[in-house]
Amino acid sequence: MTVGLEHYLFVSIVLFSLGLLGVLLRRNLLIIYMSLELMLNAANLALVAFSRFNNLLDGQVLVFFVITVAAAEVSVGLALIVALYRKRRTSHVEDLTSMRL
Amino acid sequence: MEQVLFYILGAFTVVFAFLVVANPFSRSPVTSAMFLVLAIASLAGLFVLLHAFFLAAVQVLVYAGAVMVLFLFVIMLLDLKEEQRRKIKNFSLITGLISLVAIVAVLVNVILRSGLSGPLPAATVEGGTVELGKLLFTRYLLPFEMVSVLLLGAMVGVVLLSKKDLR
Repeated sequence: MTVGLEHYLFVSIVLFSLGLLGVLLRRNLLIIYMSLELMLNAANLALVAFSRFNNLLDGQVLVFFVITVAAAEVSVGLALIVALYRKRRTSHVEDLTSMRL
Repeated sequence: MEQVLFYILGAFTVVFAFLVVANPFSRSPVTSAMFLVLAIASLAGLFVLLHAFFLAAVQVLVYAGAVMVLFLFVIMLLDLKEEQRRKIKNFSLITGLISLVAIVAVLVNVILRSGLSGPLPAATVEGGTVELGKLLFTRYLLPFEMVSVLLLGAMVGVVLLSKKDLR
């Protein structure tokens, strides 16, 4: 059985749903953040698979930009988490329900 | 050979990703971060199978290297204790699972109906450094420069956010 486009897409779907499950069910901010990274990586895998399928490099350039933006997003998000932790001494989302610090 | 490698790497990716999200043995964020490194490394292997060599290298360098070091730094900075097990509310569990099943059903249905099956065509382009670099500095020059401005903005924002007193 040869491996085609849909095999890669199924792996991508499983990765994405695992990330979504983590975001919805886990309660630790850092693990929610890691699940977000998993979802981004699932999208990257789908883009690279489509790029290979169509023999075009544009998808890979888009993945390059996604990785760059994800790095920027992680740095800003983690700085926010650290700032939040300094004020509230917790990283548990259920303790962070009020808008005021 | 390629098939076998695909199944091994795909299984690794999925298993490690599962252990990031729901590790039955440990609730510590450090274990999750370590399994995320493994998941990303096996994903880089899948990129190699798809002839995206440059992206595989970037994935390992940027994700498994820089981003995960950042995660570990923050975990150690916050000095998180073992997360105590709290009961997940039934309402959030049910709504979460419903939305998950719905989105997976939509995605699987789209793939099954799209008629995109069949083996991959012969690779005429390789995702090497030269090819991607040429594309990046010709057709995608403007987005490339914009990303550099975005990174500068992120850097300034992080420095501002990590100051002791936010004024």
